Amino acid sequence: MSSFWSIWITVLTLGTLVGCFLILRWCMKNFAGVEEGASMGHSFDGIEELNNPLPGWWSKFFLVTIVWAFGYLLLYPGLGNWEGLLGWKSSNQGILSLAESKAQVSESKETGVLVQYDREIAAANAKYNPLFEAYAARSIEDLATDKAALKIGQRLFLQNCSQCHGSDAGGATGFPSLIDKAWLYGGTPEAIKATIMHGRKAKGMMAWAPALGGEQGVEEVAAYVLSLSNRKVDAELAKAGQTKFALCMACHGTDGTGSLAMGIAVGAPDLTDKIWLYGGSQRNVEESIRNGRAGVMPAWKDILGKEKVHVISAYVYSLSQH
Amino acid sequence: MTQSNTSAVDYNFDVVRQFTVMTVIWGIFGTLVGVLIAAQLIWPALNFDTPWLTYSRLRPLHTNAVIFAFGTSALFATSYYVVQRTCKTTLYGGKLASFTFWGWQAVIVAAAISLPMGYTSSKEYAELEWPIDILLGVVWMSYAIVFFGTLVKRKTSHIYVANWFFGAFIITVMVLHIGNSMVIPVSMMKSYSIYSGAIDAMMQWWYGHNAVGFLLTAGFLGMMYYFVPKQAERPVYSYRLSIVHFWAIISLYIWAGPHHLHYTALPDWVQSVGMAMSMVLFLPSWGGMINGIMTLSGAWHKLRYDPILRFLIVSLSFYGMSTFEGPMMAIKSVNALSHYTDWTIGHVHSGALGWVAMVSIGAVYHLIPVLFNQGRMYSIKLINVHFWMHTAGIVLYIVAMWISGVMQGLMWRAVNTDGTLTYSFVESLTASYPFYFIRFVGGVLVVAGFILMAYNMFKTIGAKDGSLKPVEAF
Repeated sequence: MSSFWSIWITVLTLGTLVGCFLILRWCMKNFAGVEEGASMGHSFDGIEELNNPLPGWWSKFFLVTIVWAFGYLLLYPGLGNWEGLLGWKSSNQGILSLAESKAQVSESKETGVLVQYDREIAAANAKYNPLFEAYAARSIEDLATDKAALKIGQRLFLQNCSQCHGSDAGGATGFPSLIDKAWLYGGTPEAIKATIMHGRKAKGMMAWAPALGGEQGVEEVAAYVLSLSNRKVDAELAKAGQTKFALCMACHGTDGTGSLAMGIAVGAPDLTDKIWLYGGSQRNVEESIRNGRAGVMPAWKDILGKEKVHVISAYVYSLSQH
Repeated sequence: MTQSNTSAVDYNFDVVRQFTVMTVIWGIFGTLVGVLIAAQLIWPALNFDTPWLTYSRLRPLHTNAVIFAFGTSALFATSYYVVQRTCKTTLYGGKLASFTFWGWQAVIVAAAISLPMGYTSSKEYAELEWPIDILLGVVWMSYAIVFFGTLVKRKTSHIYVANWFFGAFIITVMVLHIGNSMVIPVSMMKSYSIYSGAIDAMMQWWYGHNAVGFLLTAGFLGMMYYFVPKQAERPVYSYRLSIVHFWAIISLYIWAGPHHLHYTALPDWVQSVGMAMSMVLFLPSWGGMINGIMTLSGAWHKLRYDPILRFLIVSLSFYGMSTFEGPMMAIKSVNALSHYTDWTIGHVHSGALGWVAMVSIGAVYHLIPVLFNQGRMYSIKLINVHFWMHTAGIVLYIVAMWISGVMQGLMWRAVNTDGTLTYSFVESLTASYPFYFIRFVGGVLVVAGFILMAYNMFKTIGAKDGSLKPVEAF
């Protein structure tokens, strides 16, 4: 802040405390002109006021808190730009990346500055990192058989992943189930870890209504898509839809079994199984075709770090290995 | 008790009567809504899938009803009464006093309609939308004119201490209300705050904490400074103590807001200043309690048979307790545990039900016979029953919230040996259910007590003039 505001704050803060001190000192003396304990001599609707002294313990305790406040504001930031003798900060403001944060943590470690957030993170890392580093050195397949590792993986999953994928990892509309064997980007340990580390962005499913010639085209393709999983549909519509499905084949494959079956990881789902990421009703499927879908899985490497992602990967991998 | 009849001054007690009766009515309403939402936290089905009965809309209705309908009606009634009696003059402004009554009731009714409909500015304790805010501001301005006008034309040389507190409360609430409610309206019932981000949060809690500090503390201290010495028939303990604690409270309280925003995006320096001032506030707050309780010196025996005095003195004990608890919770490391838990809810209610409600109830029981030409309330016994129901209700409420609050704080910070959290949020919620039930029972006792009070009040008002004779003290 500018020095004007810094001075403004300092003067008002100290002024308030000094003011309290002065009025306390003033009232500790008998200024009233009548004997202590006697009536002040005025009466309001029959109520008189006595000139009793302030209770000694009370005034002393009040003085102690005022002195304490001066001490606190000397040690900690409070008086405008004054940073405090301890150099304490709750956090480093303006940090935008994990790298910057890490640099700040190690810097405050070296300089001994009390950035509380950094200290707490450093303490947590010192305590828990060895555990996760040991796990990171082992393969995901190996961890998937280690009960202790899976327990930790499950806790991390519950705290970071369950909001979208559900506590049982069974998924929800728009968020894939992780317990079936149907994968969008692959169910191998490496593919799972890559998904969690770097995230995924489904970009291919654009709004197809214009390209399909409007609502009629959407209905036809939807009918054909539903027929792929043996649903009862209007045969004529489905037939017309089959021709237009040519536009979809680049990602979903000629037979609609999805991109993974072709060995490419663009996340186009298999349309022949009975699993529907965005709902399998005719309306849902038409909506997907008409307006497209854009699922996003965030990247976790900068949030959790690669060691923890490794343990979560093992947990997720284990879910479909029965 | 018959002073008002024999006095030469023609006091304006009409508006005092109106506000006094409405205090009791709004007391029942506000606490009843509170009990309903307390029940909804245990049995969510009690919102009957009706939007305007959902917790999110009724919670602000509850807080607005108890603070602005019940509490502030009590303040209007007592400040109008006290300023006249201690200044030996009738209210200034003629019909303006009557306007403050009807205007204030209009604000409350508008709140009771608009909040359940979902109209909200989303600022805690300042949820009302801008047209209602403007009406509130106009009524408050009129209140200030009536009150200070009366002070100016007083027939006494000094201004009695109760009026210092009432005056500070009236001025500051005006400033807070205008400051925090600055918005840009976009339609009749929608507006946006002119502040943004951390500044908006700071403005909100500058307002929010001083609604507590000036409305719920200074205002009710004004009430205390008249009704405690009057009911105890004893002089105020220390004039010098009232000077120092008055000036210290009003100069320190205004700084305390940032302790609602510890460990947030608020800059460190604001948090430190807020915490330091909150700590220094502790002793000045206790000054009021000491002055009130020590006023009983030489009259302690009256507590044996006077339940009105019991209400007043126990209110001071709760005041002392919550003004000790407040500064403790303002310490950053304590706040790290208590913030966002039920502990805060318990703290608020030890202040609201213990201090604010009890001192108001005591004052109203004192006022009703005076205002309606009776020597006493219809039933002293029922006042006593009310006292014990209310006290038991508060104790159940606060203790339940302390336990569940500390438990939640500890559960949220518990970690496993691998650094992951031990409990999910929903586990802490499940663990809180027994305490939510105890809180609900406490709330039911409080509402039942208020209903008893209303019965006693209407029986007193309905009795033949002067037929209820004062009980002889023994």
